[in-house]
Amino acid sequence: MNMPHAACKLLTVICEAGLENDLLRDLERLGATGYTITDARGRGARGVRNAAWSESANIRVEVLCSEPTAEAIVQRLKQRYYANYAMVLFMADVAVLRVEKF
Amino acid sequence: MPFEPVILFFLLGLVAGIARSDLKIPGVLYESLSIFLLLAIGLKGGVELARHSVVALLPQAAMVVLTAALIPLLAFPLLRRLGGFARADAASIAAHYGSVSVVTFAVAAAWLAGRGIEAEGHLIVFLVLLEFPALVIGVLLARGIGADTPWGRVLHEVFAGKSIVLLVGGLVIGWVAGPEGIQPLDRLFIDLFKGMLAFFLLEMGLVAAGRLGDLRRAGPFLAGFAIAMPLAAGVLGTLTGTLLGLSVGGATLLGTLYASASYIAAPAAMRIAVPEANPALSIGASLGVTFPFNLLAGIPVYHWLAGTFNGWLK
Repeated sequence: MNMPHAACKLLTVICEAGLENDLLRDLERLGATGYTITDARGRGARGVRNAAWSESANIRVEVLCSEPTAEAIVQRLKQRYYANYAMVLFMADVAVLRVEKF
Repeated sequence: MPFEPVILFFLLGLVAGIARSDLKIPGVLYESLSIFLLLAIGLKGGVELARHSVVALLPQAAMVVLTAALIPLLAFPLLRRLGGFARADAASIAAHYGSVSVVTFAVAAAWLAGRGIEAEGHLIVFLVLLEFPALVIGVLLARGIGADTPWGRVLHEVFAGKSIVLLVGGLVIGWVAGPEGIQPLDRLFIDLFKGMLAFFLLEMGLVAAGRLGDLRRAGPFLAGFAIAMPLAAGVLGTLTGTLLGLSVGGATLLGTLYASASYIAAPAAMRIAVPEANPALSIGASLGVTFPFNLLAGIPVYHWLAGTFNGWLK
């Protein structure tokens, strides 16, 4: 069976857990209609963030949205957080079944 | 027994961390333990407060807060001039040292209790009051007055942060309920306290071991500062406590509070308020050096100082 599907962007942000409240406020203001957050740990330019305690915890935030919204979010995060916080951001093209949701 | 036994759990964690053991305390357990400890300490303080007149404590509390404000104001120029740290880093480290460590306080209280030394229960009120002024001073040192500091968010982070909410919340609950009201909860909050503290210290040992590398990169000045600063602050605290008429045990606890450096409230607040400060420096110093130093050597030194000042002044 062929379900109709549409293209949309999957934006993934991995950052310090302490940024969660600020980041979510930004996402909502820039038009993201939803997001999924998971606890994460790993290693990057700012060393090992092993989530052993609150200060070294990371979160992974995934957002499905249109391309313009994704671009706006990327610009905002780059300008506001890149200089001083541990943050990695990447984007992918994905297919979704109910594009009106995003 | 030269050490308070719970300190051995800290050493175990430290050794396991240095040996790169696969021992790992899950993050949720760390969170749960810190919630328990903060709430239990708040409750104990509240019960003690119920036995006192709050108004009578006010002048003493004001003196304690004012004297403690000297610590970040002394630390900042030292770090800036002698250490050559950037303004944001110096201010953030100063804020960590001006604020207090609840767990160091709990270990000092256990150390005194293990030796049968009495201490005033209302010291916990001072613990709560000393948590936040240094954080505000730190932000002011980094940013100056009137600059583009997001004060709303900073103050929200400080006052709505979990350590203040749980400490003040526990204090109010203990105060309202009084000793009899809290008694049914004693089994959980009083009897289990030391076991939970031991568990938490095991975790802190692991975390502190992970911070030693940061410190090696920061250089010897910061490591020296992380030992000299608590000693100087300990002298100030025990002297202030003795002048305010506290017992030797009480002055020891106040000295420990002044000497301790925050690693729960301060990192969270500084990350939001002074994001350009490198957290590896402040946490490396406070958790990698000062916390173990206070546990292993500082507390007996502050007790000795308190006894000496008490002998001179009384």
